[in-house]
Amino acid sequence: MKTVSLSVAYMPLVDAAPLIVAQEMGFAQAEGISLDLIPAPSWSSVRDMLAFGRVDAAHLLSPIPIAMAMQLGGVATPLSAVSVMSVNGNVIGVGRVLEEALRAQGYGFDFADPFAAARALASSRTGPLTFGVPFPFSMHVELLRYWFAATELGAEGIEIRTVPPPLMANALAAGDVDAFCVGEPWGSVAVEQGAGALLLPGSAIWKFSPEKVLATRTDWAETEPDLLGRLMRAVWRAGRWLAQPQSLSTASELLSRKIYLDVSSELIDRALTGQMTISSRGEQRVVDRFVEFHAGAATFPWRSQAKWIAGRLASAHGAPEGFDPEAVAKVFRTDLYRRHLGSTGGDLPGASEKVEGSIRVEMPVASANGALTLLPDTFFDRRVFDPTALG
Amino acid sequence: MNSKLTVVVVEEDRDRAIGIVDALKASDDCDVFVIGNASGLARKIAAHAPDIVLIDIDNPTRDMMEELTLASGPLDRPVAMFVSGAAGGLAQAAIEAGVSAYVVDGLSPERIKPVMDTAIARFSMVRQMRNELAEMRRALEERKVIDRAKGLLMKAKGLDEDAAYALLRKTAMDQGRRVADVAEALVTASGLLG
Repeated sequence: MKTVSLSVAYMPLVDAAPLIVAQEMGFAQAEGISLDLIPAPSWSSVRDMLAFGRVDAAHLLSPIPIAMAMQLGGVATPLSAVSVMSVNGNVIGVGRVLEEALRAQGYGFDFADPFAAARALASSRTGPLTFGVPFPFSMHVELLRYWFAATELGAEGIEIRTVPPPLMANALAAGDVDAFCVGEPWGSVAVEQGAGALLLPGSAIWKFSPEKVLATRTDWAETEPDLLGRLMRAVWRAGRWLAQPQSLSTASELLSRKIYLDVSSELIDRALTGQMTISSRGEQRVVDRFVEFHAGAATFPWRSQAKWIAGRLASAHGAPEGFDPEAVAKVFRTDLYRRHLGSTGGDLPGASEKVEGSIRVEMPVASANGALTLLPDTFFDRRVFDPTALG
Repeated sequence: MNSKLTVVVVEEDRDRAIGIVDALKASDDCDVFVIGNASGLARKIAAHAPDIVLIDIDNPTRDMMEELTLASGPLDRPVAMFVSGAAGGLAQAAIEAGVSAYVVDGLSPERIKPVMDTAIARFSMVRQMRNELAEMRRALEERKVIDRAKGLLMKAKGLDEDAAYALLRKTAMDQGRRVADVAEALVTASGLLG
């Protein structure tokens, strides 16, 4: 079989692992494709490379294709999120100044309880807190806003600024931002640099949030169904491989290579295993499912997740004229997922939507093979999001 | 309506910034400002109320620009990346050249085009120079590694320089690898053993 080369843009982050593993561990080759992985300097650059046809597919923040469908931001080429590439994987952290203030009042940095963290932050702040995030349309922003609105920090208590993660340490030192929310390895890098301490994993706010998606242009997905299928299967199998504990040290080594993340494998290992070092004092915290690439139908692009994101974007930026969450949510392509991943032997959920936040314990659900268990997806405040109630 | 366009160039490298400014001023009637430091980028840009913002596509601070495209951003006038229908080809050319342009909403393509043509030409040139420089640096580094590998072989096997190189080249050909890669492997291995 002749190998077809597909170009795929990505940001050098731990959650780009499925793409890197698909190429390096032969899952791409097994599908007769080879991935030309192109690292990008910024999310705008990833989006533009994809929108203007420089690459065939991309590792993308899950809210970006939804924002584009809502005419938010600079570019409006229709994109499709054909699968979720990773669930969870962000950290919220504070700079040195806030860290000291929190310690002074006896806060224990449990790295688990968003209510306790909010209480501690609220009593040490003097005004609104400025958080640096990598991009205006990101799960980082949505998790922060959700957390603030649901605690005594208050929806008005936060200012959000875009700061590229490599510049976050500088922005903290210069006082441009007080705190941050970033994807790994950048949180661990901040800890190593002594720039601050980690407060919460993103999963403490929402236990099962779609973080990155595998995205293509919608027209490409329609006109290249064969290539798309091969790409999706290769990435899906890479995710399954990553879900095996014995794969993780190999994965850390792969990702740490100079051409990929160029960060020590020990730092990458923290996110992959969920064994986080949260401060320069070396305090250790263990997080269950810090990042998930496979289990519990993690890669299924639930329409209800898309609707949740669309609803949050609409309330933050104003809904475009004729805004129809139902139509916007279709950028999460459950149809293509079913069509192309049915043959992998992976189990497909029977439904395309769920009540987000309603699964408190592992729950068997109706599926193609009848063996699918969904994992807890609760919000920390125990509210639920019913996708049929959004109008 | 025919007042001068205001262009802001975001570029840290001073020499490169001057080159872009000179090119723009020489060919188009516009006011050009340069912003070099990323801190408070959106605020600094807003202070100039520009019609067009140009930024290197590889500049990581580009994501800070995205805030300008939101209605709630610090600029009163909404900004879009340059993608209007008539100018679709131009946007693609810009991306190929490595420049991204943010344009105030409602500015007509005829007014944007001359500035963009100049910017595209200039950025293409810079990109080409940068690629050539990277290529040269790589070639230089490879030669250094090959020289070290040759030296190791000469010492270990008592070969002269030509014979050492011939051996490297034969090994590379037999294994279907590049001479530089074989040399690199040899240098690494001898480092481990030594």
